[in-house]
Amino acid sequence: MTDVTNLEERFQAKIDAEQKIEPKDWMPEKYRKTLIRQISQHAHSEIVGMLPEGNWITRAPSLRRKAILLAKVQDEAGHGLYLYSACETLGTTREQTIADLNSGKAKYSSIFNYPTLTWADIGAVGWLVDGAAIMNQVMLCRTSYGPYARAMVRICKEESFHQRQGYEVMSVLAKGTPEQKEMAQDALNRWWWPSLMMFGPSDANSPNSADSMKWKIKRQSNDELRQIFIDRTVQQAEIIGLTIPDPDLKWNEATKHYDWGTIDWTEFNNVVAGNGPCNKERLAARNKAHDDGAWVREAALAHAAKKAKRKAA
Amino acid sequence: MTEQEALFTYLLRLGDDLLILSHRLGEWCGHGPVLEEDIALANRALDHIGEARNIYDHAVKVEGKGRTEDDLAYLRNERQFVNTLLAERPNGDYAHTIVRSFLFDAYHLPLAEALTKSSDEQIAAIAAKAVKEAQYHLKHSSDWLIRFGDGTEESHRRAQQALDEHWTYTGDLFVQDEVHQAMVKASIAPDLNTIKASFDATVDRVMAEATLKRPADGYMMSGGRQGKHSEHLGFLLAEMQYLQRAYPGAQW
Repeated sequence: MTDVTNLEERFQAKIDAEQKIEPKDWMPEKYRKTLIRQISQHAHSEIVGMLPEGNWITRAPSLRRKAILLAKVQDEAGHGLYLYSACETLGTTREQTIADLNSGKAKYSSIFNYPTLTWADIGAVGWLVDGAAIMNQVMLCRTSYGPYARAMVRICKEESFHQRQGYEVMSVLAKGTPEQKEMAQDALNRWWWPSLMMFGPSDANSPNSADSMKWKIKRQSNDELRQIFIDRTVQQAEIIGLTIPDPDLKWNEATKHYDWGTIDWTEFNNVVAGNGPCNKERLAARNKAHDDGAWVREAALAHAAKKAKRKAA
Repeated sequence: MTEQEALFTYLLRLGDDLLILSHRLGEWCGHGPVLEEDIALANRALDHIGEARNIYDHAVKVEGKGRTEDDLAYLRNERQFVNTLLAERPNGDYAHTIVRSFLFDAYHLPLAEALTKSSDEQIAAIAAKAVKEAQYHLKHSSDWLIRFGDGTEESHRRAQQALDEHWTYTGDLFVQDEVHQAMVKASIAPDLNTIKASFDATVDRVMAEATLKRPADGYMMSGGRQGKHSEHLGFLLAEMQYLQRAYPGAQW
């Protein structure tokens, strides 16, 4: 007992001294498990997130937009790759992690269970969804686990480009024809509340938060990050002449923040529970890609084995 | 037909091949057999669309009617696209996608190399950039074809089947009509017989390593360069052009 206590104390002291925890360092089992859960969820979100955006690559309205969207979705795949690698440093394998996604055991960000119905949704996803994700990701650049923090530094650079391109798509639509402006407003109406839900339950109802804060995996609470996002995004909407779909939204001179309405947590819980508009399609698409690709992966392994054997002979 | 008209048509052929193939590769995004291949296919799609845009940009200047790259991509119909038939072949399984790219790459790399010496400086500059990309593309598709051919029984069977199906579309890559002859005469484009020789050598080399059988040169489909396509192209364009057609004149 004394040994474990000592190890835990030393571990905590290291964190308190702002030193990074590295893969070979001792860590409490719960710290390891929390990180595996969080990093794998994050990786899965990047991969599943390719689907709603990939949905518009073939219909992007100009060659420039098509190229940008391709590059963006390719970035997401790259982020998935770094994060699966970061996860492997904690003693799990990519195969197992992906198997947990495909079986429905592991979660990914519920936002990707909403459909991208119009081209404006591509703008809204970049502006709001990537914009909300960045709030978390900037914080995670300073997270206590070294490999995760380093992956996040690279990811954040690309994500801020994604957020800007999404906002640019929206601003062009908002300045366009009346039909385009309507398309942009409609996308904002549909994506606003789900984007706020991305920060997770309010602090009072967030079961994993206390340990994560103590271990400096997280450094700001869900509600704090949500408020920063709202304050920033409301102003961006005003600049391009779009209206945030919240009748309770108003500037509070005393707190220097926006007051805002209430999240429909019933909807949130429903989507998490698998009842969102696209949960089944997303998981089915991932499983189909995995199953259809099995012979490709087997061929690569078989060829590599043959080559190695010939080399040895 | 003036030389300017022939050059414009030739540029459309070069650009359309790349745009249509890029579009097909983009259809894979998020559905690849392994994450690294999702990245590789998106990368290839980006290279192809990038080269297509450079070519269209040159084409609209040659034409001189004030059209834009998007006018060429989004406002021409099925009979006005002059891409080679191979580019519009549906993705099929991963063997079909890899074989389609391999056959195109085996043509595209020597073509790009030859075009670096084009008398049209703009084409030569675009080709110089494309050569580096095309080398990587051919390596990527060859590596996979070798893995498939010399992998498992299933992968060998799928690769051979894809080759046999796509082979009949390779003749269309080397058709030399009046437009092409005008380009050769002006030293803008190479004689496609030289490109065919390089294509054959690449195919033979990779087939040998992959333990696959090169299909016999039987009947070859053609017509892409005259805008006579398969039924697949109309659907591809309907999807690709939908927003530009639904909201005429809008900026995106």
